[in-house]
Amino acid sequence: MTESILETRGLKKYFQTHGGALHAVDGVNVSIGTGRTLGVVGESGCGKSTLGRVIMRILEPTGGEVLYKGQDIMKLGQRDMKSYRAKMQMIFQDPYSSLNPRMSVSDIIADPIRVLGRITDRRKIESRVFELMDTVGLARRYVNSYPHELDGGRRQRVGIARALSLDPEFIVCDEPVSALDVSIQAQILNLMMDLQEENHLTYMFITHDLSVVRHISTEIMVMYLGQCVERAPARELFEKPTHPYTELLLDAIPIPSADSRYKKRRLARGEVTNLIDPEPGCRFAGRCPYGDDSCAAEDPILTELYQGHFVACVKRGVS
Amino acid sequence: MTGELLDIRGLHVVYRTLESDVYAINGLDLSVSEGETLGLVGETGAGKTTTALSILKLLPDRVGFITKGEITLDGVELTKVSEADMQMIRGNTVSMIFQDPMSSLNPVIPVGKQVEEVLTLHRRELSKREIDEQVDSIFGMVGLPPSRKHEYPHQFSGGMKQRIVIAIALSCQPKLLLADEPTTALDVTIQAQVLDMMRDLKEKLRTSMILITHDLGVVAELCDRVAIMYAGEIIEMGSIDDLYGTGDKHPYTEGLFGSLPSLTGDERRLHPIDGLMPDPTSLPQGCKFYERCPKRTGHCEAEAPALNVSGTHSVRCRLFAG
Repeated sequence: MTESILETRGLKKYFQTHGGALHAVDGVNVSIGTGRTLGVVGESGCGKSTLGRVIMRILEPTGGEVLYKGQDIMKLGQRDMKSYRAKMQMIFQDPYSSLNPRMSVSDIIADPIRVLGRITDRRKIESRVFELMDTVGLARRYVNSYPHELDGGRRQRVGIARALSLDPEFIVCDEPVSALDVSIQAQILNLMMDLQEENHLTYMFITHDLSVVRHISTEIMVMYLGQCVERAPARELFEKPTHPYTELLLDAIPIPSADSRYKKRRLARGEVTNLIDPEPGCRFAGRCPYGDDSCAAEDPILTELYQGHFVACVKRGVS
Repeated sequence: MTGELLDIRGLHVVYRTLESDVYAINGLDLSVSEGETLGLVGETGAGKTTTALSILKLLPDRVGFITKGEITLDGVELTKVSEADMQMIRGNTVSMIFQDPMSSLNPVIPVGKQVEEVLTLHRRELSKREIDEQVDSIFGMVGLPPSRKHEYPHQFSGGMKQRIVIAIALSCQPKLLLADEPTTALDVTIQAQVLDMMRDLKEKLRTSMILITHDLGVVAELCDRVAIMYAGEIIEMGSIDDLYGTGDKHPYTEGLFGSLPSLTGDERRLHPIDGLMPDPTSLPQGCKFYERCPKRTGHCEAEAPALNVSGTHSVRCRLFAG
């Protein structure tokens, strides 16, 4: 077992709304080993992006701890936090809105370096920018271009170069390829995996795309309405999905194969329910094909069923 | 042969802008027979949506022009039809489901009224009560409780909104349905529900459909035939078995499949196509895929490849000649 670079304990983020508290992230425990990739999957509104943002401390949590190499970063003051920010970076979903349209490519990539004052010599900053552009496969002629002049794939390369500019150890990738066409998506995924190997990066990879998450992750966490319902090594999760929600999720993927037409699948009943002041008990119970009264009675606890494979379901928990 | 419902021959579409002319569609041939579902696949900018807008004659005014070609729908040559007649065809013989259900509904009109509108326009013979009954039955058909027809779009979830959009499109039982990325904006479990419903409706109503998507998985589930578009041309067309089987394919199609992460395999690296689609304002002379093609030869650059047909499978590539 490699040492974990990042850990969360009972992490919570509630948003206050007119109707009550919205439990976006509700008691999530994560641990990511150095050099590994934790994939976080779930549908819209399950709290996966909020989880990423709370870990980065873009949002302040309602409760719980985030330990970065054993240090609880939620207790750090502004100045100490700054040095941690250099080690933890984020790549955002939409390369159209996460780059400042009034900054040139070189300004965007050099921005983190300037903010932290790592390098002050202009010539050195420039050569660092070129070095980063080479790393992410962005032609040097774009150095003075503005984001609107670039296509989606190139923009996302700018976003990646910016995230790499401070030599981070840990990167939260929030749907980095979802806005891209498949052939461009594959180019970016290959790049991210190469970078991980060369720079010993640790990723937390947030996505709704199940085939992408299987491809890039060492371990996968499935989220449903703010909670982790299943966590397992990537291959194992796809071979032995255990939580009923995971089963339905995997079953729902359209497979590009000639036999798909004849496939009859089980469908999840209904849609995602309300997250404001949720009732106790399993949050999936209402849509679950196996749900009954025992599910509503108590909160299911994430239990280790097999080695490294955790499930939160009373029906599947204890045999 | 059941006869073609839709037949497009040699279609060219140009967008004229102040700076340049964008050649969006360049000699497109396409046909859809009755009851058939055709998947139209391609990346952003391949001309998929432009094809659909040309059929509906909804290309942006004074910008998009059909410069050449014929579009025959149910025996009518659409390029020659006046706008007034076209209004009777739209929503009646052919209708469209747009990509984004959030923005294709009017936010200030109750959803039932929006379904009703199509019926009052195209089914003048129906009385108010008959229309009401129709709306209720359409709601039932797409799996929505008719009791909710007085609500507004914002009161529905994304999947429900898409069901409403589908209800509007199907209300006059069109012969041809153009579905532009109908499930792209939806979550995968909701997508599965909507796809399932579309498959049932398609069988029940015998509607022909062109399903525009970039998702090869969705195509495999719903379509009878597939056409792959690249830079305004169809570069490959065939049955599901032709394209998803193990036979030879156009190098671009190979690249599309190579870009998809597998759900079962162990491959660590994907095999995408390098580079980008050519600039539609200045397209290359010869094969449009030349620059990115791993199997190109000297001839490909100079001369555009012909369409090579064998059985149900046709490929626009020199490798398949003879």
